[in-house]
Formats: sequence, C-alpha cells, structure tokens
Amino acid sequence: MPDTQLEQNIPYAIRAYSPEQLTDALRKMFLIRKFEEGAEDSYTRGLIHGTMHLSIGQEASAVGSCMSLTDEDKITSTHRGHGHCVAKNADLGKMFAEFFGKETGYCKGRGGSMHIADPAKGNLGANGIVGGGLPIAVGAALSAKRLGTGAVTICFFGDGANNEGAFHESLNIASVWKLPVVFVCENNKYGMSTSTERSTAVRNIADRAVAYSMPGRTVDGNDFSAVTEAVDAAVARARRGEGPSLIENLTYRWRGHSKSDRNRYRTKEEISDWMGRDPIVSMSRLLVDHGILTNDGVAALETEAEQVIKDAIEFAAASPYPKVEEVTRDVYTVQEAAE
Amino acid sequence: MNAHTPTALRELSYAEAIREAMDLAMAADDRVILMGEDIGVYGGAFQVTGDLVHKYGTDRVMDTPISELGGAGVAVGAALTGLRPIFEFQFSDFAALAMEQIVNQAAKVRYMLGGAVSVPLVMRFPSGSGTGAAAQHSQSLEAWLGHVPGLKVVQPSTPEDVKGMLLAALEDPDPVMIFEHKILYKMKGHVPEGYYTTPIGKAAIRRAGKDVSIVATSIMVHKALAAAEQLAGEGIDAEVIDLRTVRPMDHETVLASVRKTGRLVCVYEGVKTLGVGAEISAMVAESDAFDFLDAPIVRLGGAECPVPYNPELEKAVVPQTPDIVEAVKNVVKGRI
Ligand SMILES: Cc1ncc(C[n+]2csc(CCOP(=O)(O)OP(=O)(O)O)c2C)c(N)n1
Ligand SMILES: [Mg+2]
Repeated sequence: MPDTQLEQNIPYAIRAYSPEQLTDALRKMFLIRKFEEGAEDSYTRGLIHGTMHLSIGQEASAVGSCMSLTDEDKITSTHRGHGHCVAKNADLGKMFAEFFGKETGYCKGRGGSMHIADPAKGNLGANGIVGGGLPIAVGAALSAKRLGTGAVTICFFGDGANNEGAFHESLNIASVWKLPVVFVCENNKYGMSTSTERSTAVRNIADRAVAYSMPGRTVDGNDFSAVTEAVDAAVARARRGEGPSLIENLTYRWRGHSKSDRNRYRTKEEISDWMGRDPIVSMSRLLVDHGILTNDGVAALETEAEQVIKDAIEFAAASPYPKVEEVTRDVYTVQEAAE
Repeated sequence: MNAHTPTALRELSYAEAIREAMDLAMAADDRVILMGEDIGVYGGAFQVTGDLVHKYGTDRVMDTPISELGGAGVAVGAALTGLRPIFEFQFSDFAALAMEQIVNQAAKVRYMLGGAVSVPLVMRFPSGSGTGAAAQHSQSLEAWLGHVPGLKVVQPSTPEDVKGMLLAALEDPDPVMIFEHKILYKMKGHVPEGYYTTPIGKAAIRRAGKDVSIVATSIMVHKALAAAEQLAGEGIDAEVIDLRTVRPMDHETVLASVRKTGRLVCVYEGVKTLGVGAEISAMVAESDAFDFLDAPIVRLGGAECPVPYNPELEKAVVPQTPDIVEAVKNVVKGRI
C-alpha cells in the first residue's frame, strides 16, 4: 500500500474496502440492530419463549471482524451471537423462524436464539456454554490446515469466557500447532454482572496473548475501521500460516445481560455514556465524511433494514411448527442400511 | 392439616426457603461461605441468594469468575481445610465443566486417603426443563452424579424439604449435591421457622394408596400427585412416594410400598435410559418385593434426546400428568 502522508490520514477501512463493501457493512449493522429490536418487541408481545442475549451496541465488532472473510472461512459464536450470524450473511427470516420455534428456522425450532448456526455460510454456531466455542474454533483451524483449504476461523467470545480453562487450553494448542485461527474477544466490560476488574487478573484481555506467544491487540470495538484493521491483519497472518492472534474489541452492551437482568451492577450514567458512542452513528459518519454515502443514503439503509426485518417476522410467523412426533429426529445420523 | 392449626401456616417459595437455610447457616457458623457466578449484587441467576451479599458481604458471598472447574475445585479445597462452602452452579449443565473436581477429587479423596480427611461440601444445581432455554440449559443430570460413590445426591421437591435438606447437607461431613428444579423456585409451600434438618436418604410418602406405587423425583412428585387425584376419581388409589434422595436411596420405603400395592411406576425427568428409575426398578426386581408384583414395572422418564427449544416439543420430552395417568391406568388394568 502506498505510504503517503495523505493515505495515512484516511482510516484503514476506507482504504481497504470498496464503497459497495462499506455500504454493505453499514447495511448489516442496521440489520443487526433492527433484528434485535424486533426480537425484543416480539418477546415483549409473548411471541418468543425462553430468553435472549442482545448485542445492541456491539455491531461494529461483529461486522468489522468478518470483513475479510469468505463463506469458506469459519466463525464460532456465543450466546450473544445474532450479530455474528448477520455478519456471516445469515438469512433473517430463518433467524426469526428459529426464535419463533418454527420448522423453517435455522435449527428447525430445536435450538432457539442461543444455538443459531449456518454451516453453509461458515457459521459453526452460537453456543450456550461460555467458552464452548473456543476449542471448536481451534479444531476448525486444524481441519483447514490438514485439509489445505486455506480457510481461517474467527473465534468470537466474551470477556467472561477468558477465565474458563477452555480459553487458556485453546490458545496454547493453537499457538504450539500454529493454527489459522483469530481469537476475537468482545470485551463489553461484564460477564453477566461481574466486571472484568472483579474477575480478570490482567488489565487488558489481549495481555493474555503474551503467555501463549501470539500477537495481542486491544482496539476500540465500536470503531468499525479500528476493528477491521486489527482483525484483517490477524486474518492475513493466519492465512500466511504464521499462526493465531488475539484481538480484544472494547465495546458495551446497551441492554441487560438477558431478559432477567435488573442492571444492579452498573450505573445509568455508564450506560448512557456508552449509548453516546453508538457504533452505527460513527460508522454512518465515517461513510458520509468520506463521500461514500449521503445522509439520505444512510437513512435509506435504515428504512430498508426495517423492511427486511418486517418481512422476516412475517415469514417466521407464517411458518409451520415442528411436529411433536419428530422430536427425537437428528439425535443420530440416519445411516443407509448396509447391503 | 388438623383443626387445631391456630393460624395460616407460614409460606415461602422454594427459592426463599433455600435462602433462609443459607442465612441461618451463615449466621450460626462463620465457616459457611457461598461461592458462585453472579450470586452477589445480581442475587443469582434465579434470585436464590438474593440480598445475602448485603448482609454478609463479598468476603462470604463470593462472585466467582466464569471458571466452573476452578471455582468448584476451590470449594473442594476449602471444604477439605476447614470451610463449609456452598457452591452454586448457575445451571446444573455447567457442572459438566467441573466434573473433574466433583467426580475425581471431592467424591474420592476421603477414600483414597484411607479416611484421613473428609469433604464437607454442598453444591447446588438448578436443573430441569420448562424455561425454553434449550439443550445446554435444561438437563437433569442427577443420575450422572448418583453413579459416583462418595457423593450424596438429593432432589428436594418442596420448600420445606429444600430448607431442611440444605441444613442437613451442611451438617453432613461428606459432599452433598442438591438438584433444584428451576420450575420449583417460585413454588410456595409451608416452611417451618428456625433451624431443622430433613434427613438425607429418607423417602417421603406424599399420598398413601393401595393400588399402585408411583415413585417420583423432584418436580415429578407434583405431577404424580396431580395424576393421583385424577386417578382417584376413576377409582384407582395411587400411593405417591417422593424419593427425595437419589444416593443413598431409601430402599425400604419403596419396597414396603411395592409389597403393599404390587405395582410400580417410576417417574423422573432425567433421560429414561440408565436414569434414576432404572435403579429403582432394578432394586425392586432384585428384592423379595418382586414376588409381590402383579404387573411389569413401568418407567416414565425423559425422552432419548436433548431438550428442544420449541415449547410444545419441550413439553413432549418430559413426563406430564396425563402421561402418568395413562401409564398408571395401563398398569392397574393389566394392559401391559
Ligand atoms: C460454562 C458457562 N458458565 C456460565 C454460563 C452462564 N452465562 C451465560 S452468558 C454469561 C456471561 C458471559 O460473559 P461474557 O463472556 O463476557 O459474554 P457477554 O455476555 O458479556 O457477551 C454467563 C455467566 C454459561 N452459559 N456457561
Ligand atoms: Mg462480557
């Protein structure tokens, strides 16, 4: 990349991606926001059962991290995974159908919000177990290396997960075997009610990288361009066969941990302060400032996202429920009878 | 309830009863500490610890990092060396991450050391389905732990029992695992004031009857009682036994009932195969009570699949009251 003074002043994302790609990134950020607002509304109206974990406020981390991935590349996601699904090109109708427990949902109504996966697009799935995706991501990277597919795996996890044994074991294995995996920690300051200060012995989770001999970087996770710059470099390093990296995206969830959170462990001021750092607002400003979109163009993306969500909810609502008689289907693979 | 009862009996929810037991124990004994994820200011995922952190402080109501293996193991080590920890798993499913310390360490260290030490540890496991939380948050894993000598495993079904059994567990020198069905947390019932214990290893006859013995665990006790009421209307007099303890199991109460009724239906939420009901059935089949059986033993357990998300499917994978009614009718009418 030419190294002129001028170019250096232009944010990475603007230099690295085409206007179409950047517009699509903002579209996805709106889709995530509207999807989750729609899910929340459906929950309030009693259309959704169980609980859900919303990532409103964290959209730049999900979309920015996946910018340089193709459908061949894999991700593992978390209980707070709707954004990762959308970033990996999920079908919003199938996501809503899963929420509604329908046969047309991603998991045919068996999984719900916490288990949405889209293997065809490289999304190996959300996870109900904190830290559950970490070793699986390393396994996917092992497959890619052994099978020579060239694919990279991004492993999303929260700050809380960094205190599970699975985190430490996974980073170590990935490092000693030089596997093509990028560990992306979405540090939103809390694991449920427990702040990183009260749970984690290091100041920055990226500091853990030193212990596993891999690069570690902490970035502003609400800054789309900063996320993209850090993760793209880590993905490129993984593709070159140089092994794993750990990226920490500092961000914040606006909503409670789940539907039953009473927000007793944080202040209203803290929440409103972070709401003033809306990643969608700053991404919109970035694209307008660089002449990629007009304000009307941004507004049109938002309206378009609202329509997509409306259609998705309609599709989900009209879809059939699974048949109770088929409840034990898919516990095992049905094998062809041997001749 | 008899006519002399002066006023309405005090009622607490199951969660409040647990909290009252912990509160009593902590007030009486400084060695008692609580450990778990989000049990402090959050009050616990199911609001069981509630505001205890405000009363006892963060030195005794300790939010652990999300580190089940480490947290459970720290509780084992603390129990070995003078503290009386009560460790809460946020969901019983996450005990899978801590199995090493529970199964290889807590359960075995006393035996391996020839009786030189003991592990007075209490662990609490919110379990079961019915909340729409799907496969990794809805399991009933009591049979896993019931399989391990060295552990005691209880499943209290009422607010009164959960308080008494938690206090009994704290008095017990060995590790006691308490499985609490999440749907029971809000259930209200009479809870005596003050300190009392409910024995571990003793089943309770919740309804006496002569035609069939229904042995149930945890939330299934309530479904079995509802079924028994319906069956009474059809002339079938069912005895309902609340097993209460999975290990050590109360053989005598079950056997005496089967000798009386000649019929046995086991009802439990855990997966049917190799579950608690398999042990009850085998225990009866191996005993003299076998000669009293007038019909094959029936087990109603969880379906052979993970717990699904969709609410209708979720209901379908665990025994429901109509399933119990139907199974009992078949047994009594000799239809199997
Ligand atoms: C092994 C395990 N322990 C505990 C939980 C309960 N739980 C679900 S999410 C969560 C907090 C996770 O925090 P973090 O990793 O920071 O992710 P965030 O929710 O902030 O996105 C907890 C404690 C779980 N699902 N799995
Ligand atoms: Mg977090």
